[in-house]
Amino acid sequence: MNKIWLIIKREYITRVRKKAFLITTLLIPVFFAATIVVPILMAKSGNSSQRIAVVDESKMFQDKLADYDNVHFKFVEAQIDTLKKSYQQLGYNGLLHIPAMDINRPSGIVYYSEGQMNLSLRSKLENRLQDLIEEKRMAAAGIDQGKLKEMRADIDIINKTGKEEREGSSGVAFAVGYASGFIIYIILLVFGMSVMRGVMEEKMNRIAEVMVSSVKPFQLMMGKILGIAGVGLTQFIIWVGLIIAIYSGIMLTFSQNEIQAAQSMQNGNSAATAEMIRNMKYVAGSVNWTLIISCFMFYFLGGYLFYASLFAAVGSLVNEDPNDIQGLTFPITLPVIIAIIIMFKAVQDPGSPIAVWGSIIPFTSPVVMMARLPYGVPGGVPVWQLLLSMASLIVGFIFSTWAAAKIYRTGILLYGKKVTMKEAIKWIARK
Amino acid sequence: MNLLDIQHLKKYYATHKAVDDVSFAIPQGSIFGLLGPNGAGKTTLLRMITGIFYPDEGEILFDGRKFDPGNDIRHIGYMPEERGLYKKMKVGEQVKYLAQLKGLSEKEAKQKIDYWFTKFEITSWYNKKVEELSKGMGQKVQFISTILHDPKLLILDEPFSGLDPINSKLIQDEIFELSRKGTTIIFSTHRMEQVEEICNQIVLVNKGKKILDGSVKQIKHDFKHNLFRIGVGQMPNPAQMATHHFTIVKQDDHAYTVKVNADSKTNDILSHFIHHDIPITYFEELLPTINDVFIERVKFTEQIPN
Repeated sequence: MNKIWLIIKREYITRVRKKAFLITTLLIPVFFAATIVVPILMAKSGNSSQRIAVVDESKMFQDKLADYDNVHFKFVEAQIDTLKKSYQQLGYNGLLHIPAMDINRPSGIVYYSEGQMNLSLRSKLENRLQDLIEEKRMAAAGIDQGKLKEMRADIDIINKTGKEEREGSSGVAFAVGYASGFIIYIILLVFGMSVMRGVMEEKMNRIAEVMVSSVKPFQLMMGKILGIAGVGLTQFIIWVGLIIAIYSGIMLTFSQNEIQAAQSMQNGNSAATAEMIRNMKYVAGSVNWTLIISCFMFYFLGGYLFYASLFAAVGSLVNEDPNDIQGLTFPITLPVIIAIIIMFKAVQDPGSPIAVWGSIIPFTSPVVMMARLPYGVPGGVPVWQLLLSMASLIVGFIFSTWAAAKIYRTGILLYGKKVTMKEAIKWIARK
Repeated sequence: MNLLDIQHLKKYYATHKAVDDVSFAIPQGSIFGLLGPNGAGKTTLLRMITGIFYPDEGEILFDGRKFDPGNDIRHIGYMPEERGLYKKMKVGEQVKYLAQLKGLSEKEAKQKIDYWFTKFEITSWYNKKVEELSKGMGQKVQFISTILHDPKLLILDEPFSGLDPINSKLIQDEIFELSRKGTTIIFSTHRMEQVEEICNQIVLVNKGKKILDGSVKQIKHDFKHNLFRIGVGQMPNPAQMATHHFTIVKQDDHAYTVKVNADSKTNDILSHFIHHDIPITYFEELLPTINDVFIERVKFTEQIPN
């Protein structure tokens, strides 16, 4: 036991000390934070203000285009042809030409600018003009605007799930399920490969040969697997910690003033920010995070242990020729890839048979179950399925570790001979 | 007293018999040569002695008791022929790690490292990464890590490969010193001149079977062809060399290699030369080298179909 501990320690320390570890551990949450903060900051700082000259020949829209954000409209009375040449000298960024037209057949509206018209301005302008034309048409048809507004209905279905009537959203469940399934998928492959490379290093450099005269091959394999699991857990805990810190940081810096500002002023930017923060709060509240995080840890460890030993076995089979790796890893990466394909289905339809079975069979369960769990237990996933899935994963990794250890034991000391998967599987049966 | 007693050891693979009923004993404190051509089963044999493989049949007695790999491997130091170190690890940490895996505490390991690194004058390597070392330097580090835990049984498989003559000498002296202090050493190699220089006892295996064992002296004696070399001051008349006591195998400038005939004694040769008044400058028995014995025996066993 003491020896396994020494091996775990070495595997852990050599990896944690590496620069790559520090970089990925710190950079990924920073990247995550950047994807949230940068859009907010960009919205806050805003683009430089834009002045747009409007020539409205029919005077239909005279002074009805309200300024918004940093876009200012100025109705000018001038010949379009002369203004076309001079609008830039006059300090305008763009020129909107609304020719005299029949409101039943509106056409011929042109926007002149130096560069391409940006998308938000285009949609804003189109919407405004559409509304204005519709108003005109309604007035012409004798429809009362006020009455119409009263008649409009706005329906929002609230989904309450489970006995405690938690307000959930399948959108949120979809996103959380998708994200956690995907993270498990990445973890299985990245850390599995890391185990494999470690085993290959020991075999190629003939370290294994020296090591096995001090420790049992099983201890060497398990020490490596557990050491790398420790690295993964450390990384995960740092990430969760940083993400929580960043999340609350964002809440504190933006929420107070931003939400108030949004409510009192109806300022466009702040409204968007407030909307986003409301969404974040909604997401945080609508999912059972304790369940998700504890199950995530379970499936992360279980799935990792299930696959890591298989990757170790493959690593032990690789000989001098690195081209062997492809052929040998394929039988292991294939079920992981199948898992992610089933997951795409499971996030959309968590109750479908393929999702249910995919979340029980240990080859795919870590990825698929994580995709189903955000839909709630027992709402989305019946308790028996969760327990069966967990039990089969535990049995699964005990079996895969046992079988892999048999292959590993022989493979790690075998040089110069190309081993096929078929031969390796025969080794499992040997005593 | 035998430190290691190997009795009817067998290890069969699907396609061949790697070790087929091999028995020998290694006395405490001896330097024991395990010889054999490539693929003879030496590595499999060593792996069973170091507890890496379990024998299919047979028994290993270590220090008088049944070999228990779990406990006994801490008393064994094994330097395999195919050996390596973690490239990215620092030399000192690496040696400490290997020593700890052999059961030394961190403190003990550090003391031993201090002692050996000073003795081998490599203290400056402590913080170097293994990948910065040359092959020979790596071998030295590997040797230290093999003996750091004071093993009772030291197994060295081709210990001099990759070493220059100076470092070979250093390691060789260390092997003799350890032997004097009572360490039993198994030395496996194909380099026969090293065997004669270092080993007291040898066992020769081929195709999984033991074909010869005994002390180096005894084996050379057993396989001698009664050849003698005699130097002469001046070449005699060939007619004077006709005798029933010996036949001339080879004639060189001022020397003969002769084979004593059955029923004759060495002194008969000398008498013959003295009788003919041929001045003798030297006279010596020609013993086969271990290399000769090795080649002869391997060829001999290969002729026997099994």
